[in-house]
Amino acid sequence: MTQETLIPKLGVVTDIRIDTPDIKTFRVVGLDGKKVFDHMPGQCAMLSIPGVGEAMFSITSSPTNTEYMEFSIKKCGCLTDWLHQMDVGQQITIRGPYGKHFPVEEEFRGKDLLFVAGGVGLAPVRSVINYVRAKRENYGRIMIVYGSRSKEDLLDYDEILSEWMKDEGVEVYLTIDRPQDDWDGHVGFVPNYVKELAPAKDYTVILCGPPIMIKFTLQGLKELGFAETQVYTTMELRMKCGVGKCGRCNIGNKYVCKDGPVFRFDELSQLPSEY
Amino acid sequence: MRKIAKEKLGALLAAVGRDKPLYIPALDASGQARFTRWHEGLEMARALNTVRSAKDFFFPQTENLVDFKVKGKQIEIIDPRSEQEDFVLFGVRACDARSFEILDKVFLADPVDTYYQSRREHGTVVTLACTQPEETCFCSAFGIDAAAPEGDAQVWMDEEYLYLSARTQKGDKFLESVRALAEDGGEDAVQRQQEETRRVMAKTPLAGLNLEGFDGEHLNPLFDSEKWAELSQACLGCGTCTFVCPTCQCYDIRDFDTGDGVRRFRCWDSCMYSDFTKMAHGNPRLTQVERFRQRFMHKLVYFPANNDGQYGCVGCGRCLSKCPISMNIVKVAKELSKEVR
Repeated sequence: MTQETLIPKLGVVTDIRIDTPDIKTFRVVGLDGKKVFDHMPGQCAMLSIPGVGEAMFSITSSPTNTEYMEFSIKKCGCLTDWLHQMDVGQQITIRGPYGKHFPVEEEFRGKDLLFVAGGVGLAPVRSVINYVRAKRENYGRIMIVYGSRSKEDLLDYDEILSEWMKDEGVEVYLTIDRPQDDWDGHVGFVPNYVKELAPAKDYTVILCGPPIMIKFTLQGLKELGFAETQVYTTMELRMKCGVGKCGRCNIGNKYVCKDGPVFRFDELSQLPSEY
Repeated sequence: MRKIAKEKLGALLAAVGRDKPLYIPALDASGQARFTRWHEGLEMARALNTVRSAKDFFFPQTENLVDFKVKGKQIEIIDPRSEQEDFVLFGVRACDARSFEILDKVFLADPVDTYYQSRREHGTVVTLACTQPEETCFCSAFGIDAAAPEGDAQVWMDEEYLYLSARTQKGDKFLESVRALAEDGGEDAVQRQQEETRRVMAKTPLAGLNLEGFDGEHLNPLFDSEKWAELSQACLGCGTCTFVCPTCQCYDIRDFDTGDGVRRFRCWDSCMYSDFTKMAHGNPRLTQVERFRQRFMHKLVYFPANNDGQYGCVGCGRCLSKCPISMNIVKVAKELSKEVR
């Protein structure tokens, strides 16, 4: 039977976590209480509330979580406003998974991994982090550099403190943009922090955040001797279908929904800079 | 090859149209040719090109994708489709016939668009060879032979006869349905007409359009060309070109509150519109320069790069005759070709 790509499935929101003043994390399962579908880290799903809208979101939970999927969503538009106002028990529609995932079972195997994220850019990266944490023996050292505007804007802060920082062989470096009273950690922008930390240039890098952060972090990594072939990112453009047919998420001849959203920088730099 | 006397055209249409929906180019009240559901007495228009392309029949301007019933926090999902019935398109020109193959490359590529697929499977395309190309025609630039249109069955028409030939099983069925009217023969007449059409076609003003260099290899130099600003300067962003285009396939998906539920539909969209790529955090195509560039890069460069050199244009000339500022793909191709040759 042909898979119906434009007809969604039903999901139900079973938990809503308030992460930051404008980001909530929603836990979603099917009506049977099980995961609606399986995915790989970096893949996305189309979520919708009928009558409000449908949009693409990265799946922030790891595939190694066999019970449910999670989506960390920033309130910034019509649909996301609605999602932020809903209560547990709300049914939503969901379709996917879409796109190319991070090569966790291919290029990443056996490598040292450096994760660099800014703001809500941690959402897609968290899926990879928790995947490699769950399969720790398959990967080398793990270094995470994450920054946000303020301490309150750090996504997954509790999980970072209670789980990631306690893992052996996982180094976590947090930073916020401006000093504040209850913060004794690093203060400064992510790109500068990465340069200060000067990671060894044999790391494979997973980079996600606002465009300006990506630009300067990449520049800094290059100065440290990293090659574009070592750096992966995940893109986001407006999408309607999710399967490369509605025609709007292209960068040159590549569609972000199906040829991405995960790209290696040497692939991305061959394309027109229209994103 | 079979032939049917021209005075039996009405009988031919009746033989086909009695059993299933048949659409032919006919003049509407304003004198414009458009594909119209056949009924007794409806005459076929002589115009080569219908104002709108024939893509509506496989990719309608709006179509219902899915219905929802919403009750409190509960949602019910309903597939609204009923069974697709067989239908026949008669009098499709070579350019429009090729456009279906281009749409196939989008909608039938994995994962298949089942809405489109079902219409394609149930539609029989009967083409009609052109004899007097218009000055806006340039299908030959894309390797299309106006005198030998594709489709399920082909028809040539002269002053005395219609000549028919099947290309697929669906075409065989079409010929079978008009068997009682037909007799054998016509190869010589068709060949003469084809030679004449090709001779005329070669002399059309745009026949010499050369697309050499428009392939994936020159993607970045073409994208970075400074000519886009100049070419797009007068573009109004009206989207007319995209709506009359037989190969433009971009679509939007939207929800409509029916009062009784929610209807999710898709409708044609246009890369020429400012909100086409607009997101909460910004727009990668901020001005008409980028939107204009997207449309032509897609047809002339991105599409062939992804589809073994197949261009996303069939040279039907609709955008040439309809653009309110007289900008068109031919002018763009000629100007841009200077960047890569």
